[in-house]
Amino acid sequence: MPPAATAGDTITRVDLTPTQVRPPEVPADPGPVPGREVVFDLSTVEIFYGEARAVTDVDLDIARNEISAFIGPSGCGKTTVLRSLNRMHDLTPGARVAGTITYHGEDLYGPKVDAAEVRRRIGMVFQKPNPFPKSIFDNIAYGPRINGVRKRSELEGIVEQALTRAALWGEVKEKLKSSALSLSGGQAQRLCIARALAVDPDVLLMDEPCSALDPIATARIEDLMEELKETLTIVIVTHNMQQAARVSDRTAFYTAEADDNGRRVGKLVEYDATATIFTKPSDPRTEGYITGRFG
Amino acid sequence: MAAPTLPAGAVLQPRKGTGFRQFKSAFATVAIVGAFVAAAVPLVALVYYVAREGLKVFSWEFLTTDLPFSQRSVEGGIYPAIIGTLIITVGATLIAVPLGVMGGIYLNEYGARSRFAAIVRFLSEILTGVPSIVMGLFIYTFWVLPRGADGFSALAGSLALGALMLPVVIRTSEEMLKLVPHELREGSLALGSRKSRTIRTVVLPHAAPGIVSGSLLAVARAAGETAPLLFVIGATNLVNWDWLSGSNTALSVQIFGNAASPFVPAQERAFGAAVTLILIVFLATAIARIVTVVYTRRVSGAA
Repeated sequence: MPPAATAGDTITRVDLTPTQVRPPEVPADPGPVPGREVVFDLSTVEIFYGEARAVTDVDLDIARNEISAFIGPSGCGKTTVLRSLNRMHDLTPGARVAGTITYHGEDLYGPKVDAAEVRRRIGMVFQKPNPFPKSIFDNIAYGPRINGVRKRSELEGIVEQALTRAALWGEVKEKLKSSALSLSGGQAQRLCIARALAVDPDVLLMDEPCSALDPIATARIEDLMEELKETLTIVIVTHNMQQAARVSDRTAFYTAEADDNGRRVGKLVEYDATATIFTKPSDPRTEGYITGRFG
Repeated sequence: MAAPTLPAGAVLQPRKGTGFRQFKSAFATVAIVGAFVAAAVPLVALVYYVAREGLKVFSWEFLTTDLPFSQRSVEGGIYPAIIGTLIITVGATLIAVPLGVMGGIYLNEYGARSRFAAIVRFLSEILTGVPSIVMGLFIYTFWVLPRGADGFSALAGSLALGALMLPVVIRTSEEMLKLVPHELREGSLALGSRKSRTIRTVVLPHAAPGIVSGSLLAVARAAGETAPLLFVIGATNLVNWDWLSGSNTALSVQIFGNAASPFVPAQERAFGAAVTLILIVFLATAIARIVTVVYTRRVSGAA
């Protein structure tokens, strides 16, 4: 971008960029859309593991009651960005976030922010269903108990509500006392969603939640996401482009490119409405990926 | 593409060289069974011999009467030694297991790769290799001697056995905690649970069966230790229920003393005590196993 010309500026700047080469993209900021309430605002985010830069140039905002999908080839940093949104990233030794991430306007990495408090508001569902080796009831009641709910009747209400929201109540209401490990993969993943819902989060982060599931279980989870979006904000990382196209409102495409030292660094290429990304992406790399030409 | 031509004749029959392969298989089977027998024979022989000798004197009366004052006496039992062994071992367990589990939690959950944790890990490894009699001498010097004649006690014995058990419990706990899947910790932390709570409610219950098994092995070993007890618990022929003070005795010490005696009644008492010790260790192991299984079922909700 040429610098703003000032009066008396005598030197004429010549644009040396060959016209056939695109200038380095600055992800187009669509600007504030009316009625769109921003939950996360990431600007110039870079994430490091020790000295190594894992992701760079992430600028995006995630709005309330929308499903945002992160897609891209392996190693592009989409999971890393996702884990930085609820400070799960802190658990990796040496991990560090530069730039700013705000959550409802509050700096997520501010000095006084309590990571446990962050995670109570921003729930997470993992790639592999990870029910605790406890009963179904105790799995769901785990979060509410952390928050100090002790009364059995109250817990029972929360458990029923969470399982209902996760579309699992009908299947397990007769066996709340049996082990959560007895559930099938799809049921276990919905249990994990219910467990996250039981603390009444504001956001649900999903890290490839269906990659271990068969198509029927996947469809159920996708229907569920559609329902949950009425009350929640969802961010999903997926390897499955059809899934991103089916469920999400907005899609962020990441890729990994070698930096000056030859190390591969993930970066955000494009973030836009899902329909735009999948029909007329503005970046050739996005187009290459979604049409299956690479990655 | 042309279909590959099948060789003439039967293709599903064994190929050449099968005879040698079968020979190798048979040889391996014999070797494995042989190794098992070689390992089992001493165990069976030992239990058989101890039981044959020990059961001559083994009776309810033998278990419940005080030790005789003369080694020549055919009267008397080993009651004080049973009580002594139980008190000393339970005391040692109470000292070593909580400390050891906490040490394991520190090493795996908090210290991890820190310098201090590395030092602790190294020292506990060294502690594992300290001969038990040296541990007895250590307690004798630092605990018994400064207290003079009042120094001998079951507590001193517990301290010596506890010091022996401690490094084993630390290592087992650390190893078992390492096996807890990372996803479970993340699942708990992602719900806003703090680290300490995650350890208490998710990590420890998952590692508990392994920690109990490992601790149990340490307890069983400690219960049979003689050397560390020899000069720290004193000697008595009467039962002493007091953990904190007064001389005590233990089955292992009685076996040691009586087996070395020239008098036949004493030698028989030594075998009787040996049978009793084996039974106690066996019972303790069985009870702890049952408790672990029931507990695991309860926490995993598989009942």
